[in-house]
Amino acid sequence: MSEDTFEIGGRILSSRLFTGTGKYGDDSVIPDVCQASGSEVITVALRRVDLESATGNVMDFIPKHMQLLPNTSGARTADEAVRIARLARAMGCGDWIKIEVISDNRYLLPDGFETVKATEILAKEGFVVLPYVNADLYVAKALVDAGAAAVMPLGAPIGTNRGLKTREMVRILIEEIDLPIVVDAGIGRPSEACEAMEMGADAVLVNTAIATASDPVMMARAFGRAVRAGREAYLSGPGAKRVLADASSPLTGFLGGAA
Amino acid sequence: MSFHPLIAAYAEGLPDARFDDFTEQDVRRAMNRTTATAEDFMALMSPAASSLIEEMAQKASRLTVQHFGKTVSLFTPLYLANFCTNHCVYCGFNCTNSIHRSKLTLEEVDAEGAAIAATGLKNLLILTGDAPAKTGVDYLEACTRVLNRHFPSVSIEVFALTEEEYARLVRAGVDGMTMFQETYDEELYAVLHPKGPKRDYRFRLDAPERACRAGMRVVNIGALLGLGDWRRDALLTGLHAAYLMHEYPETDIAVSLPRMRPHVGDWEPATIVSDRDMVQFLMALRLFLPRVGITISTRENAEFRENILPLGVTRMSAGVSTAVGGHADGTGDEENTGQFDISDARGVDEVCAALRAKGYQPVFKDWEPIFETAGEGA
Repeated sequence: MSEDTFEIGGRILSSRLFTGTGKYGDDSVIPDVCQASGSEVITVALRRVDLESATGNVMDFIPKHMQLLPNTSGARTADEAVRIARLARAMGCGDWIKIEVISDNRYLLPDGFETVKATEILAKEGFVVLPYVNADLYVAKALVDAGAAAVMPLGAPIGTNRGLKTREMVRILIEEIDLPIVVDAGIGRPSEACEAMEMGADAVLVNTAIATASDPVMMARAFGRAVRAGREAYLSGPGAKRVLADASSPLTGFLGGAA
Repeated sequence: MSFHPLIAAYAEGLPDARFDDFTEQDVRRAMNRTTATAEDFMALMSPAASSLIEEMAQKASRLTVQHFGKTVSLFTPLYLANFCTNHCVYCGFNCTNSIHRSKLTLEEVDAEGAAIAATGLKNLLILTGDAPAKTGVDYLEACTRVLNRHFPSVSIEVFALTEEEYARLVRAGVDGMTMFQETYDEELYAVLHPKGPKRDYRFRLDAPERACRAGMRVVNIGALLGLGDWRRDALLTGLHAAYLMHEYPETDIAVSLPRMRPHVGDWEPATIVSDRDMVQFLMALRLFLPRVGITISTRENAEFRENILPLGVTRMSAGVSTAVGGHADGTGDEENTGQFDISDARGVDEVCAALRAKGYQPVFKDWEPIFETAGEGA
């Protein structure tokens, strides 16, 4: 099989597993997680970045080859997301931005309307915008029109590890949206990441499931392998599911294959 | 809206005596719910939960790591002034107490801020007594503008303000507020606050809502455990937090669990809240509201703070002085000006080392200010 890559914002990516930096008991594990997972894209909350810190900074632990994906965690409106994105760029975090607009601290569900607004503004300013949204076809279409570089539907609410609860909606996005689909949030086990990839998702983003595992490095490796397995299964064209058993002694064999 | 009418409704539906009616089975049912109800919360707070405390601990710990990771945000209080016009019987700042009263000048505020920032802390909580004539909103605004030079996050724990006053402070750079109701028992509240503006129970009770409406990013509430019946106050604290989370989903709601501490004055707490009681409240709160922030202050001793860390704590104070001033030159007279006696006098480095030894990451910065001018034209 030739190298299976995909492109976001002009960058060719080999790994289809995006990772995160939140929730680790010790940030010094991040380089090992990156290596074990094979991930090339890592998200970081700008609210936690402190370039002038005397006490250590999460950025110090992100390997240089990684594509940094700062996120707008904490933004409650499009306006706040835009401001955070501009700050991220001004602080030297690059042009990629993951839009998170969450005005519901009870369930942490993303606000699609505000996300589209922020995407439109930031895409015009030259950002590579990866919006985190509900798995909603109309929001996804609006994001395409707004200039998003990918669409990141949730599998389940953030941090729940509940798996691919939005399976059918994500499947529709994969069929209908001509942008990379990155399943973000809710994936709790490697098998669920594998399932998303088997369905044809372009990538998955996993943070909580790795960061809160007893052995984050081993879990990162497991996710890396599961994502590759799922991708290969998708590319190999799995056989169709059947309602009835495929009889080894067909009842119409006497027709001599003329049917 | 107000939580006030709901207190009476809860009191009718969940009377105190009913705490004793819950069984182990009720507690197990409550523990296994995906979304716990008020009734479940009461079961988790009941004496019947005592025998299931380890199971509750395991679940509380799992939920906390799942939602917050193995991280604890750190902050420290800065007492700007201790002038007060209230007569709260349990507080060292009571205006009838003969303590040295003072107020920091803006230059002193800057020096204090610089000294605290040098410890690495990025999240500051500013406090005053209740004396608007000396430490009104103008003063708080000016202090905030000075402190924002050193801290990306400045929160307030001051007297109850109007919605417009909270909005002014938000515009000045304040992003969080803490308001302790002290006790939700309205009759007892009147006894504990015999004179002064704080006597207005309803104005204080509704202050967190006014802060939410004014755009405060984080609102932290709590009851001072020991003033009244701790189970009733703990229950209403959790229900108040749930109410605020429901009504103001855009605001991050957090809860503090302060216990009464020795102070200047001779008032003794009505009830003693034991370590076991505190732990039960902490875990019940986590099981009831898995996403709520939970703050533990230096009112608790170092050993206890470390032991309860995995049970739901998300935020801790460190390097604390409750005296006015003293961070910059070490001259704060804790004994004669402090609001209460602290139990964990460790510095920021020591608290961080203890957190790391437990496998937790101390988080210094958890907010990036996004004022009107920030990032423009970037």
